[in-house]
Amino acid sequence: MEKARPLWDNPLQFVFACISYAVGLGNVWRFPYLCQMYGGGGFLIPYIIMLIVEGMPLLYLELAVGQRMRKGSIGAWKIISPYLCGVGVASVVVSFFLSMYYNVINAWAFWYLFHSFQDPLPWATCPLNSNRTGYEEECEKTSSTQYFWYRQTLNISPSLETSGTVQWEQALCLILAWLVVYLCILRGTASTGKVVYVTASLPYCVLIIYLIRGLTLHGAVNGLIYMFTPKLEQLSNPKTWISAATQIFFSLGLGFGSLIAFASYNDPSNNCERHAIIVSLINSTTSIFASIVTFSIYGFKATFNYESCINKVILLLMNTFDLEEGSLTADNLSEMKDYLMAAHPQEYAQLSPQLKNCSLEAELDTAVQGTGLAFIVYSEAIKNMEVSQLYSVLYFAMLLMLGIGSMLGNTAAILTPLTDSKAITSRFSKEVISGFVCFINCIIGLIFTMEAGNYWFDIFNDYAATLSLLLIVLVETIAVCYIYGLRRFEKDLQTMIGRKLNWYWKAMWAFASPLLIISLFIFYLSDYILTGTLQYQAWDGTQGQLVTRDYPSYALAVIGLLVASSTMCIPLGALLTFIRKRLKRERVSTVA
Amino acid sequence: MLGVLLLAFSVVSVASAELCKPDAQNAFKVRLSIKTALGDNAYAWDANEEYLFKAMIAFTMRRYSSKSTTQISNVLLCNVTDRVSFWFVVTDSSKNTTTVPGSEVEAAIRMNRNRINSAFLLSDKTLQFLKISTTLSPPVEPSTPVWLIVFGVVLSLIVAGIVFLVVSGIQQRKKKNKESTERENLEEKGEVTITIENGIPCETLDLKAGHVNGVFAADDERFTSL
Repeated sequence: MEKARPLWDNPLQFVFACISYAVGLGNVWRFPYLCQMYGGGGFLIPYIIMLIVEGMPLLYLELAVGQRMRKGSIGAWKIISPYLCGVGVASVVVSFFLSMYYNVINAWAFWYLFHSFQDPLPWATCPLNSNRTGYEEECEKTSSTQYFWYRQTLNISPSLETSGTVQWEQALCLILAWLVVYLCILRGTASTGKVVYVTASLPYCVLIIYLIRGLTLHGAVNGLIYMFTPKLEQLSNPKTWISAATQIFFSLGLGFGSLIAFASYNDPSNNCERHAIIVSLINSTTSIFASIVTFSIYGFKATFNYESCINKVILLLMNTFDLEEGSLTADNLSEMKDYLMAAHPQEYAQLSPQLKNCSLEAELDTAVQGTGLAFIVYSEAIKNMEVSQLYSVLYFAMLLMLGIGSMLGNTAAILTPLTDSKAITSRFSKEVISGFVCFINCIIGLIFTMEAGNYWFDIFNDYAATLSLLLIVLVETIAVCYIYGLRRFEKDLQTMIGRKLNWYWKAMWAFASPLLIISLFIFYLSDYILTGTLQYQAWDGTQGQLVTRDYPSYALAVIGLLVASSTMCIPLGALLTFIRKRLKRERVSTVA
Repeated sequence: MLGVLLLAFSVVSVASAELCKPDAQNAFKVRLSIKTALGDNAYAWDANEEYLFKAMIAFTMRRYSSKSTTQISNVLLCNVTDRVSFWFVVTDSSKNTTTVPGSEVEAAIRMNRNRINSAFLLSDKTLQFLKISTTLSPPVEPSTPVWLIVFGVVLSLIVAGIVFLVVSGIQQRKKKNKESTERENLEEKGEVTITIENGIPCETLDLKAGHVNGVFAADDERFTSL
């Protein structure tokens, strides 16, 4: 009897692990942005269609493959066809790149979490300049939250070329983040299975608290109305559909091998069809739920900024024209402005460059995604709430849980193939292998704690996984349907689950999903080619805003290397297997 | 007699009008935002408040220069507006026609800013002396940054957890090794039945070295349909 494969204690742990992995930071910081850009409430239509056509079938496919083959990604694809070992290796390479840069986000979340125990919050006010007559110049030009993010957290350099030194505070937080991940994966499914109870459920508790708090904030309704008014004309924009497809694809974490790894620890008779539907539905519902919270926060922040702007204008007018306090209010502002313009034209003309036109729509229109949303916009909203320390701690703890949940999946994708291989497990124990992987990732991750680290982070975030994953999943789908054989796979599933496979899944796997992935792939390739030189946003401290710069040539080389190293694994794997088989056949024929 | 008095009075008032006017030399503009600071408890700005202000400035000058000659009448206010903003100037107590240099007034006010603010229940932001920049108070910074303390606590918890798990894992493995050696001893005595296939114990069979035979793997005709 072979040594038993470790199993999840119960199916609930498996579902929680998948939810914990799939529900990640993208649900919180990418979906609200897409919703805002592509038609508000109307974006839900392409989103749900893509979920049903693309998300559920592909998720079911990966879970079924993992559960059937009972091996990590490399082993599973080798069983499907020996020429496909490259697909597994590509998955592991992409997961490796992802885990390198993803844990830096957890480091940032730790940093903000530790700084939330101060009164007032450090990003609430600007620090004073050296002779204490005013605030820091950079902070004056931008806002205190942006200053805290760009200067005190990242200490960002003006461009990619100036690398700067490793920031020791960030390095410490990164090491802590990796220690936490190591603690969770140390014992394999035994420890991971317990941890996912927390990482899957805590974000929901925090989101509910934030929903209640967010909806009761002043001005939250503005944000919600703005988001949910459907702009149905966006549906005719092809970018809307592509973004919906892309979001579903990457949000579920397909192609990394994590889902295969998790499913391989399943009991063979587990009903993975039901679990696939549950996980994908929960993932999408969480996205929508998180965007409700995000938009009420947006509305609050926008209303707050709008009212501050109005108050500043009122103060300026009152001080210049020595009007009585309380005579100028938000309601009579426009009339008073006209009156003052008529009564004192010269002074008013002098003043007019400083009089900004305050607009609520302009404040709401600032669509932000990614780390900007999570660390700047949210912290700006939090600093204006009462009991801000509590909300800050809750929020960053939630970000941490989301991030660590996804990291568990990423590391499982790397470790499961390693622990499957007898050559490695015979020499090293599981703890040593996990420790080694964490250590290597931590050392490489120190690059992202340098002053230019955030620019490298953006490179990895945008290019390490996008194209390669599309290719990997495409090859996976074609492999299962046409190389392994859809009929054979159907019989396997019937044996496992005990029910006949619905025609819907077969239709999706054989035709719809591959076509969709091919069209996404073509779109991305053409987009990259047509854009010409790739550019990035650099922070200019002297101006206090982001500027666009071109990537230097070595950065472009790194991007090319990132994409090539994972995609080339697939053909190389097939080639190596082919050569090995030819050599064996020749050896056999010469012996015979 | 009356005529002389009237003449003197008009001279004095003309002189004071000359000394105190907007943008005069050594004059300062003050701006109060009482309603912003106090809301419903705001008091109205009237002659009594002006008197208090003059008294505070006289007090400030006395404290600063420590020659107790500045009188309330030395402080001149003018151009009071609805905003509640006005100009003031401090005349030299010895000669009524010159004003105390602006730098002295500024230094004096800087020194006693707190006292002036609290007399009017206002703060640096709501009682503004327009040419005098305030020294902002630095935030209170503890000797060890708070975040390092929290970081240290969390780090020690995590490291303790890791050490505990690793050590218990090593102990478990040692126990398992001991058990398996015991079992081997028992096997030698032949007391444990082992599953055997073709004369080879199953545990030693390396099933992973075998290949999945595609012919049999997918063939489910052996299973009777349910």
